[in-house]
Amino acid sequence: MADKKATREAYGDTLVELGASVPELVVLDADLAEATKTCKFKAAYPDRFIDCGIAEGNMMGIAAGLAAAGKIPFASSFAMFAAGRAFEQVRNCIGYPHLNVKIGATHAGLTVGEDGATHQCNEDIALMRTIPGMTIVNPADCIEAAAAVKAAAAMQGPVYLRCGRFAVPNVTEGQPFEIGRGVTLRPGKDVTLVATGFMVHLALEAADILAEDGISARVIDIHTIKPIDRALLVKAAKETGAVVTAEEHSVIGGLGSAVCEVLSEECPVPMRRVGVEDKFGRSGKVPELLALYGLTAENIASKAKETLFMKK
Amino acid sequence: MNNETRARLCEKAKEIRRGIIEGTHSAGCGHPGGSLSVTDILTYLYFYEMRIDPANPKDENRDRFVLSKGHAAPALYATLAARGYFSPEHLKTLRKTDSFLQGHPDMKGTPGVDMSTGSLGLGISAACGIALAGKLSGRDYRVYCAIGDGESEEGQVWEAAMFAAHYGLDNLTVFLDLNGLQIDGKITDIVDPTPHDKKFLAFNWNVITIDGHDFDEIDEAVRAAKAQKGKPTVIIAKTIKGKGVSYMENQVGWHGKAPNDEQYDVAMGELN
Repeated sequence: MADKKATREAYGDTLVELGASVPELVVLDADLAEATKTCKFKAAYPDRFIDCGIAEGNMMGIAAGLAAAGKIPFASSFAMFAAGRAFEQVRNCIGYPHLNVKIGATHAGLTVGEDGATHQCNEDIALMRTIPGMTIVNPADCIEAAAAVKAAAAMQGPVYLRCGRFAVPNVTEGQPFEIGRGVTLRPGKDVTLVATGFMVHLALEAADILAEDGISARVIDIHTIKPIDRALLVKAAKETGAVVTAEEHSVIGGLGSAVCEVLSEECPVPMRRVGVEDKFGRSGKVPELLALYGLTAENIASKAKETLFMKK
Repeated sequence: MNNETRARLCEKAKEIRRGIIEGTHSAGCGHPGGSLSVTDILTYLYFYEMRIDPANPKDENRDRFVLSKGHAAPALYATLAARGYFSPEHLKTLRKTDSFLQGHPDMKGTPGVDMSTGSLGLGISAACGIALAGKLSGRDYRVYCAIGDGESEEGQVWEAAMFAAHYGLDNLTVFLDLNGLQIDGKITDIVDPTPHDKKFLAFNWNVITIDGHDFDEIDEAVRAAKAQKGKPTVIIAKTIKGKGVSYMENQVGWHGKAPNDEQYDVAMGELN
């Protein structure tokens, strides 16, 4: 876990890697190529890079048209603008006709940091989850992000790929990657910590904290939020009897909601959701913001203990 | 265009207008006004200009048409039916629960529909994407798109206009159906989007203004658009909302209302 790298770096690198073997692949951006890391593709394949300027709604329509004519477009922007600004274009131009567009949304969540609330999108998973047929992947680290980009390019249909600005350690080395399949990163029998994206490495730290108190926590990485791995979640709920979710996203409509939807129907157990409560973000240094909003290993561990108390 | 061709197109346009009345009457709702205003443009494209084959509606080299003003779906469906993409019998199922003719065009469900549209301002962007894909792939197909004059109040139309000019999409021709009316009244009374010609010129487009019901003028404009290199073309087509049905012509109330039985008979009589 020594080297830390932001998942947007893997997004940019993997697009370049795919550029050689997937001639239909084209990359779109809305004047954020340096930040989303599509600048790497722009340098390698300038003829297949399309800067749409600061017009995200139009970019999604352009991507839809490219896909309708057989291209595999990766349309890139910050999560706030890709899912937020362009929601209706994504729904009507991409989702409704189920076109083969991949949306590369970087700078998701609070870890945008100093830019503050207008750019910290804590609602994108909730928005994208409501679009029928949309696949949503939120990788935990660069290994997973690279695999996700390749899997997205290889599958038919729209994919929302959520990447972060802030560097994260690699925690999924050697794990198989398949869209729709969660990954059990650590076995455990007392409680299950279900995390996605940036929060996965913190869930592993939380499991360490709990272990010091003799609590055996299972850690599941749900990189694909839709379609979600129901079987893995139900099995974990049955075997451990308590679940805590952790996401760098609002607790409304994201991973926590998705897991609650599955378990309330199939295996209700004591649950807690760690995420951004019903609040906007704010400017600040990332570690300070994470502490302020409770996106920490300590908070996950604390919530896990609450579920254990509820079990008794 | 010779007299025989012009007469053939006039007949087809009448057939399509009857299809519009058939569909909206059967549905009891829908948008006849803006369908009738764009009919002659669709007739020209589908029966004279476009390189298409109803037997092979997904041919990669086909010309494409995007109805950005998707509420004119009855006109597109009547045109596709007349051209042989599906039986005209289906027009009576417009907007019904078990029909493949949705209230607004659905590329997944309806043969011959090249893009799902209906939410205004979105189709023109998709048309730009299809045109760009043609350039990137070295294919020589052309992309046609129809936008409404009211639709031009959507900001995304101008995002797309900027994009198409910047990328030199000379394989894209956009018809602006200038019938002068939108749901709430005259376009100049709501939030005036005119003058369209000066706006598109300022956006670096090739601009041609015509009578959108005159096949010779449509033909001349499309020839000029095809000859234009390095720029997209907008054909500002002055039209009459409700064209061909006397009581609907230039009446704002016929934007989104279906004819009743009596009105149906009158319209069909006028279109025969």
